[in-house]
Amino acid sequence: MKHEFVEKHLGWLSVLMILAVSIGGIVQITPLLFQSQVQEPIKGLQPYTALELEGRDIYMREGCVQCHSQMIRPFRAETERYGHYSLAGEHVWEFPFLWGSKRTGPDLARVGGRYSDEWHYVHLMNPRNVVPESNMPAFPWLAENTLTGEDTAKKMQVMKQLGVPYTEEDIAGAKQAVQGKTEMEALIAYLQSLGTALSRADK
Amino acid sequence: MSSFWSAWIIVLTLATLVALIWLLRWNMKNYTHIEEGQEMDHEFDGIVEINNPLPKWWTYLFWACFAWGFLYLALYPGLGNFQGLLGWKSSNQDVQSLEESRQAMEEAQEQGLIVEYDRAVRDAEEKYGPIFEAFAEQSIPELAKNEDALDVGQRLFLQNCAQCHGSNAMGGPGFPNLTDDDWLYGGEPHDIKTSLLQGRQGNMPAFGEQFTDQQITELANYVASLSGRNVDPKLAEAGKQNYAVCAACHGQDGKGNQQLGAPNLTDNVWLYGGSINKIEETLHYGRNGVMPAWKDILGEDKIHVVSAYIYSLSND
Repeated sequence: MKHEFVEKHLGWLSVLMILAVSIGGIVQITPLLFQSQVQEPIKGLQPYTALELEGRDIYMREGCVQCHSQMIRPFRAETERYGHYSLAGEHVWEFPFLWGSKRTGPDLARVGGRYSDEWHYVHLMNPRNVVPESNMPAFPWLAENTLTGEDTAKKMQVMKQLGVPYTEEDIAGAKQAVQGKTEMEALIAYLQSLGTALSRADK
Repeated sequence: MSSFWSAWIIVLTLATLVALIWLLRWNMKNYTHIEEGQEMDHEFDGIVEINNPLPKWWTYLFWACFAWGFLYLALYPGLGNFQGLLGWKSSNQDVQSLEESRQAMEEAQEQGLIVEYDRAVRDAEEKYGPIFEAFAEQSIPELAKNEDALDVGQRLFLQNCAQCHGSNAMGGPGFPNLTDDDWLYGGEPHDIKTSLLQGRQGNMPAFGEQFTDQQITELANYVASLSGRNVDPKLAEAGKQNYAVCAACHGQDGKGNQQLGAPNLTDNVWLYGGSINKIEETLHYGRNGVMPAWKDILGEDKIHVVSAYIYSLSND
């Protein structure tokens, strides 16, 4: 076979190009999808409650992921600040995952339990009230917007189809758990749940 | 990893490398029957193609990459379940809890594996461990006079505590000032350390349902009068009658109770604001101040140093 053949047959050229480009993914990504390590939850992992799940949606809506990562890398400099490095098993029920890729603000993978609910409220209303040096935007409307809980059960249903082990009771009680709560409460509930599974497993 | 996926990775990786070697050799061969440096009969608009070989520097780099690739795959974990000859990995990912993570760290060391993260932690432990041990042997009041310890303590404070208590430790509404002599749970070294290790859970109940708005206003005026403020004496007098409920935690004299974290109402330090409005708000809705527990996050040795730093702020 001559090189000329590939140069002059566009179909073959395309096939070979696609093969060359995809080989990395075939070798590196495909086996990962079938690894127990990335499919099995760690011992202490619990699915998000209805309120936390709504909070997670607000986290996505407000674009928190643009400035906050949720992925502690296994470097001492990171674990000193944020806690134990993130594990695949902590993220098996994340659809989509919110690892992020940029830290304008700190990593939030283990922010749960670090500050009080009260602190989160003050901080989200206006970050400079507690951290004068902060350049994070304020999110005061979260305290005014109330959740109806109309879609919550549906969202949990979809999560269940994706593999999150919600029970029928969880889903049935979703609307009631969420209705009337503010978006602020939901977001704080979500933040307080982050990264707590690993230490919960020891208890 | 199952042996199927392990084989999948090994076969595909090695096959790709071999295929690339073949590709390079194939492209180095002159199959045109035209001598190197001669024209190849391709001409367009006066531009001609010449049969030039691949540049030498480029092919050498290509070969060097192969050598590097094979060497890397031999030394480091890259081929499926093969762990590499060095026994190196970046971190222990197959753990389920903090306890298991600690165990995995020990096991890897016993087996002589090089876990990059563990190594960094041990190096740091060797370097900083003795410093913290030396600090741990000193009492908090002693440590509060040690400049080095205070530098370390301040750094840890700025990293972990300043978010609530402020970088100057003077707090803000809802977050206690640590530089004054007013302590909710006690300012003795042991008290400070306990607050840090275990956290604190303040609980001022809401009285909005038990009392009418008028009664709350009266109570607020009485409470404000305890610190010697000028208030409407009629309101304060009326409020005094309901104060018995408050006395359970804050004491009959209003001096508070550090066992419960009930603030002293007779001084002029107000965690949630001392205006009549703010006191009414506190009475109506209650307050739930939370100091998180830091034992699992910072560990005892670091908490000892932070305690000394906090102690130094009001005891110099």
